[in-house]
Amino acid sequence: MELYARRRLSNWLVMGLSVAATAFGLLWLVLVLGTLLINGVGAITPSLFTQMTPPPGSSGGLLNAIAGSLAMTLIATLVGTPTGILAGTFLAEYARGSRFGEVVRFVNDILLSAPSIIIGLFVYEAMVIQIGHFSAWAGAMALAIIMIPVIVRTTEDMLRLVPSALREAAAALGAPKWKVVVMITYRAAVQGMVTGVLLAIARISGETAPLLFTALNNQFWSTDLNRPMANLPVVIFQFALSPYADWQVLAWGGALLITAAILVLNITARFVAAWSSFK
Amino acid sequence: MEQFQIMISPTVRPLMSDSDTAGRASADSAAVSQARRTPAAIPRLQPALMPNEAPGTATPATKVDLRNINFFYGKFQALHDITLPLYDRRVTAFIGPSGCGKSTLLRILNRIYELYPGQVATGEVYLDGINILAPGLDLNRLRAKIGMVFQKPTPFPMSIYDNIAFGIGLYEKLPKSELDDRVESAIRRAALWDEVKHKLRDSGLSLSGGQQQRLCIARAIAIEPEVLLLDEPASALDPISTQRIEELIAELKVDYCIAMVTHNMQQAARSSDYTAFLYLGELIEFDETERIFTHPRVPRTEDYITGRFG
Repeated sequence: MELYARRRLSNWLVMGLSVAATAFGLLWLVLVLGTLLINGVGAITPSLFTQMTPPPGSSGGLLNAIAGSLAMTLIATLVGTPTGILAGTFLAEYARGSRFGEVVRFVNDILLSAPSIIIGLFVYEAMVIQIGHFSAWAGAMALAIIMIPVIVRTTEDMLRLVPSALREAAAALGAPKWKVVVMITYRAAVQGMVTGVLLAIARISGETAPLLFTALNNQFWSTDLNRPMANLPVVIFQFALSPYADWQVLAWGGALLITAAILVLNITARFVAAWSSFK
Repeated sequence: MEQFQIMISPTVRPLMSDSDTAGRASADSAAVSQARRTPAAIPRLQPALMPNEAPGTATPATKVDLRNINFFYGKFQALHDITLPLYDRRVTAFIGPSGCGKSTLLRILNRIYELYPGQVATGEVYLDGINILAPGLDLNRLRAKIGMVFQKPTPFPMSIYDNIAFGIGLYEKLPKSELDDRVESAIRRAALWDEVKHKLRDSGLSLSGGQQQRLCIARAIAIEPEVLLLDEPASALDPISTQRIEELIAELKVDYCIAMVTHNMQQAARSSDYTAFLYLGELIEFDETERIFTHPRVPRTEDYITGRFG
């Protein structure tokens, strides 16, 4: 009986510590989101979506920054998704057990955890300096480089989850390897792969450092991808640090927008992942 | 068919012609040549190798002829000098304890093992007189001629209809109506039609295990192969599904040369015409199923089929 009492005590103790640790972690999340909501909701007005970033002291919105972020994220996704999926396919389907594959996987994992500011500096050196000016293209490239390793990793992981029996069954029908990959393995792994792409988009939509070195910022409406382009993270960075109250309000609004967008992407990713293996 | 043969060799070679064996011998493992030089090393195999046909019955035609097969998983040798025929329009069962090489032997016949690096087979397998282990053979076309059904049902993540149409579409471009007919007849022959005819567009994964396995059989026969390989096709199924699969095998053997791996002695006895007993990678005995199960020549075979070991 004494043994039992001791076990019950240690059970309560460990349980209490776990709950406390969870509460501690959640507390900060709630505080961050709460502060963001309290300060940001006031900034969400129609003009936020219709007017350009203003000079200090006058009213304005974030239209050019929203459009710029969308444009660069889109280009990065268009570049990063096929590259990442093809590289992930190579690792999972063609380079299994090969030394070269091991090296590529290792390098990709390093790239996956590389600080984004390093990638910003790399694109700054490789593109901005060479071309001579900041541009949206450079920004999109930096975002794509951040995106690729994420997609490579998720694609490879998802393809590896497909049982080899399925590949064997298709090969046993006389299907050439590329058809097995495209028509069977991709089909079996599609939800996981789409989820990976969505999470990669969520990952790059808040990146600031790489854009600071590449797309910079633009106070005006610009659709020229060869010129600096406004974007939400850099605008938030600039406005939040400024001494002007109206700029700070816009920064809160932008932060809330990005957070909401990431939330929507994550929820979509969850839905895609749950969209059952019944397809 | 013609096309396939032309790709490999302009003429059908006689079985084991001298030039053929000589060509392969250099590539063969030492074990093979060893066995060839000293046939006395495996004396107990010799009398059992040629099955005795009952008087009056015509000897069935040999469809697949395995000669001196050795198989290696890396350094581990899983099969030792296996020689046996598979007869056309007959079912041959491979029996033996787990790890004896039954499935490995089956996987040689369509060279599916080559999906994995480090797996090597030596020897010859003649399909209608053509050595399918020869280098330079078009593996995809070979596999299209040899259907395979696996232990666990492996429906593709697509509709029931597409599961069947996928294989057909690989080598034939048919008009829609003809494709429909082919899909239907394959599903009918697999005794699945009545259960799925109203839901051909549903996912193949929505079927029960037994139905999925019959779908896989339908998929295999839809491409009209010449040989059917069944790797424990009923081991993951309940008794009723198993019975349906066995009935199906009985119907299919009218047209095909079937090789089947099974752990179930009753199933081997019920469904097969010939039985090969393998033990530790060696062929211990091969004969008519009836004879194997009533008068096995090798004591170890008797021990196994009576459940004394394995």
